[in-house]
Amino acid sequence: MTSVRNVGRNAGPSLAPDDGKQDDREPRRARVGWGWFRWIWRTLTSMRTAVILLVLLALAAIPGSLFPQRNVATDPAAVDKYAAENPNLAPWLDRIGFFDAYASPWFAAIYVLLLVSMTGCVLPRSLRLWRATRTPPPVAPRNLARLEDHHGWETDREAPMLLEAAARHLRKRRFRVVVTATEVRAERGYLREAGNLTFHLSLLVLLVGIAAGKLFGFEGRVAIAEGGTFANDRSQYDVFTPSAWTDVDDLESLSFRLDEFDVDYQVAGANPGQPTDFTAKVTVQRGNDPTPSQETVQPNRPLDINETKFFLTGNGYAPVVTVRDGRGEVVFTGPVLFLPLDANNSSEGVVKAPDAQPTQLAFEGLFLPTADVGPQGPYSMFPDTLDPQLFLTAYTGDLGMGDGVPQSVFALDRDELSQVEVDGQPINQALSVGESLVLPDGQGSLTFDGVSRFANFQIAYDPGKEITLAAAILILVGLTSSLAIRRRRIWVRILPCTNDEPRPGTQDESENDLSGKRSLIEVAGYSLTRRQAPPGEIGDLLAALKGLTGPGLVDPHADTASHKETST
Amino acid sequence: MTVDNASFAEISNGLVYASIAVYALAMLAYAAETARRATSTNSNAVLQGSRMIPSPAGGARMTPDQLGLPRAEPTDPRPKAAERTRVLGAVGTSLTVLAFTLSVGGVAARGLAADRAPWGNMYEFVLVCGVAAGGAYLAFLSRQPVRALGVWIVGLILLALGLAVTVLYTPAGDLVPVLDSYWLVIHVAAAITGGGVLTVGAVASGLFLLRHRLERLNAAAPDARRRGYAASLPPAKTLEQVAHTAHMFAFPIWTFAVIAGAIWAENSWGRYWGWDPKETWAFITWVFYAAYLHAQATAGWRGVRATWFALAGYAAFLFNFFGVNLWISGLHSYAGV
Repeated sequence: MTSVRNVGRNAGPSLAPDDGKQDDREPRRARVGWGWFRWIWRTLTSMRTAVILLVLLALAAIPGSLFPQRNVATDPAAVDKYAAENPNLAPWLDRIGFFDAYASPWFAAIYVLLLVSMTGCVLPRSLRLWRATRTPPPVAPRNLARLEDHHGWETDREAPMLLEAAARHLRKRRFRVVVTATEVRAERGYLREAGNLTFHLSLLVLLVGIAAGKLFGFEGRVAIAEGGTFANDRSQYDVFTPSAWTDVDDLESLSFRLDEFDVDYQVAGANPGQPTDFTAKVTVQRGNDPTPSQETVQPNRPLDINETKFFLTGNGYAPVVTVRDGRGEVVFTGPVLFLPLDANNSSEGVVKAPDAQPTQLAFEGLFLPTADVGPQGPYSMFPDTLDPQLFLTAYTGDLGMGDGVPQSVFALDRDELSQVEVDGQPINQALSVGESLVLPDGQGSLTFDGVSRFANFQIAYDPGKEITLAAAILILVGLTSSLAIRRRRIWVRILPCTNDEPRPGTQDESENDLSGKRSLIEVAGYSLTRRQAPPGEIGDLLAALKGLTGPGLVDPHADTASHKETST
Repeated sequence: MTVDNASFAEISNGLVYASIAVYALAMLAYAAETARRATSTNSNAVLQGSRMIPSPAGGARMTPDQLGLPRAEPTDPRPKAAERTRVLGAVGTSLTVLAFTLSVGGVAARGLAADRAPWGNMYEFVLVCGVAAGGAYLAFLSRQPVRALGVWIVGLILLALGLAVTVLYTPAGDLVPVLDSYWLVIHVAAAITGGGVLTVGAVASGLFLLRHRLERLNAAAPDARRRGYAASLPPAKTLEQVAHTAHMFAFPIWTFAVIAGAIWAENSWGRYWGWDPKETWAFITWVFYAAYLHAQATAGWRGVRATWFALAGYAAFLFNFFGVNLWISGLHSYAGV
């Protein structure tokens, strides 16, 4: 590309290179120490380094999407599963941070370098832009004919009037204009660089917002069965992930009760069994407000209490059961959460009765909302409760809950348990609502009282997200203006035709007594950006001027001009 | 009399199949035009294209292309045959316009059949992406000499639509509740529009590389008589300009799609960024295109090297759509293959 650009560079003293950073040029004479620092700094802030770092950033983001990640919400157990399947590879991948790629040192190194490079480039450019906005548009190049869009013709009209008309025309089109006795200098599109700098600086603001969320916010999860309550205290969460500086003792004061949780499924149509609606009805009690309020929570419609948000992200069934022990005492009654396994809500879970006497009791099995038994065993045919059944087996012994080790509510520690048997076979029974599993020898029983649902809430508090959003909007605005706006200059020059030959290079204004003589009027434009200036712009100016001068007697550059017009 | 949803679904399918048929004809016409141009680009025309003339600056000798002077179209020694070639191209464009219109109708009918924005699953997404790519190509064609891109764009659309109706087809229906949000309309529409324009950019980039290679060889050995496909393409400068314009137009749209997706994710999952595979690959795409735009402003990287970054970005875009949807499970997996 280049002849035109070179012309441009020579054209005026203050023409900055178009898009960019200076190329990395090493300092001529590097003193030891300081010179090295300068060399490193200039290399780091050069555009070439920025490009390399960008490509590295893109490549470094790939492993995290291919290997399971510890802090990605999709499946918390994925890493352990992968490690179990690849026992040799997993420890090495773990060591180089592939299971937590976006928090790994190598990923951080790339983006920190990129940010330093960017800042080191953008701040000096901001300074340059500040100076440029206070510098008037530069003097016209001596040889305007070498510019992209040059037109010239002779006229006998007075120069001041024409220049004033040109200046008016350009000012109306929001050019910055300087008028001298012989020429009009106009420039437009400073917002391009302003947008560019806004974009880059907003990236820094975006990081501030992300950091604020990562330092002061928290995330949590809780599953609540219908009728259950939740108070916003750390102990009530199933999973609570505070950040470094989260004030965990000062969570938003609130509690709520899950009154009802409705799920609708398509019964007929294209996708039977696909859910069509989830609605959780909750009664919320805010900290100081004595009157509770009724709210609904749905997907995409979280419950928002002073920035602590509750998102409905999952659901399942919680069969309601009553367990009686060997003495006939009720040792457990209520809903038990079962984990859904598939799209038809086949669910598995356990019922633990640590208070049972003379021995502790446990039940384990499947809940099937629409049960059927196939060759591979019992399964669910439909996600809604058309024919709910529990398929359970039972254990007696020590549940192992006394030794202080936290246990999953979805799994049994079978070490000290023995499976209850009938006639030498493990006990196994399907229960419909109202039916009971009675253990032999009066060891106890379990009654299937009914079915309720549970809802999974994802709870998030992110104090930085407004900053992030504001930064994102600025990023978009800055980026769009930096790509859409074209910075360009237009010059109009009128010089007397003293001899046969016009003297475009003449700058001495004492010679320019234009009255009553012929003069050469020249118009030329120059784009400081890669894209050419809007095509009609010079044309409009020409039309306006020719309206005053007439079509022009001779156009010494007609040939080149027509060439250039057709080439676009 | 009202038309019910099922009839709209049938109308939609009919229109999509019709557009596939017409696109196939358009591709044939374009392919024939391309083949004729490639074989008729005789050595004379090539020499015209790369003839050296002194530059006004008196420095390096430059080709008319580099100077932005009008370049002699590859001329066919037989004017009648040249005319036939031109007509074939025009027929291809007309058929493309018709096929594009049919596919717009197919998408609209699909929306009426499902009573929602017609981009809720992979089938619909591919369909609308085809519309976006076709629209972007026709928009470019109305202002730039880019008919040489046509055969590739139409071929890609045809491939996409073929995949859509055979592998990805899903009957029109309701969406899962988590997709029931106006952000679906905004976020996915932006991603699709960006994707359509990026497709034009990617095709122009690929052809630029081909053509650039030819021009470099010609500059090295001006007397060699090179012919063939690359010689029939528009000048590298034009192709690069088209690619650059497409990318500059698409990049803010893609940025917006990512931001809109983050806002929706915040509203739906409680966090605006979670390195879900879909998010990650959108980010990778974005970073590659950012590298492209920066490389275009870096001495020594402008042109060929920068173009490879753009193609890497497009590859990431494609992988995000096909690879991530089909092979990697994530929060976006409900999109219904």
